[in-house]
Amino acid sequence: MIEGVSLFEIMSLTTILFFIGIYGFLTRTNLIAMLMSLELMVNAEAINFVAINKYLSPAVLQGQVFSLFIIALAAAETALALAIILHLYRLTKTIDVKEVEKLKY
Amino acid sequence: MEKIMFYILSAIIIIFAVLSVTSRKLYRATIYLLFVLIAVSGLYFMMEYNFMGAVQLSVYAGGIMVLFVYAVMMTDKIGEPMRTISSKRKILPVVIAVGTAALAIFAIYTYQGIGVVNEPTVTTVEQVGNKLLTYKPGGYVLPFEVISILLLAAMIGAIVIAKAKKLVNREKN
Repeated sequence: MIEGVSLFEIMSLTTILFFIGIYGFLTRTNLIAMLMSLELMVNAEAINFVAINKYLSPAVLQGQVFSLFIIALAAAETALALAIILHLYRLTKTIDVKEVEKLKY
Repeated sequence: MEKIMFYILSAIIIIFAVLSVTSRKLYRATIYLLFVLIAVSGLYFMMEYNFMGAVQLSVYAGGIMVLFVYAVMMTDKIGEPMRTISSKRKILPVVIAVGTAALAIFAIYTYQGIGVVNEPTVTTVEQVGNKLLTYKPGGYVLPFEVISILLLAAMIGAIVIAKAKKLVNREKN
């Protein structure tokens, strides 16, 4: 835990960060920018896991191990998504979701 | 002292996250995201979980950001502002995000049943390593192995997807 900071404050911070990510995901049309909003949300979740573990039951390490797994998953997801985006750019010369309609019909 | 540090880090995180989702230049948005990730690693260091802070710095701020920067350089015309949706169509996302965030924070502050342990604990690398590699109940050796296979699969998948056109052409010939 952090001296003098309550769990409520950390959870408020992560909630705000998560919903900033939601806002970005809803308003962006560029695929890379959408992926960046996703990273914000994943980060908020990882902080939540560590903070709740540290404040509620510091003896067990479950939340802290899970946050490590979250980082590994986020790395794999980002590498794959960026590969797909680069390939899409090579095929269509754009990564704007409004113009990419290959899978639609 | 720690309280002030926490508030500074929170301010950095929130301000740069907002800039990162609203900036119209993609490259700048990427660099703002880098600041957010570094401030988050500062939070981990403040919570005395040094290994996670180091992983956040090296994997996120080091590895994933390099991937993002390369992808932006290959796909974006740097300096040209991105296409954005009209401000009329941004009203609903703002309402959704602010409304749900307010609801969630209200729910967090009115919840009573949390028994908080008020003792600072340090998580050492040794503890985390023992937890990850033990076979006894409560150990995480199986998820650890699964994650390593997943990372290998993601690596091969990324290579195959990024090279797919060449493979298709070779099959045609």
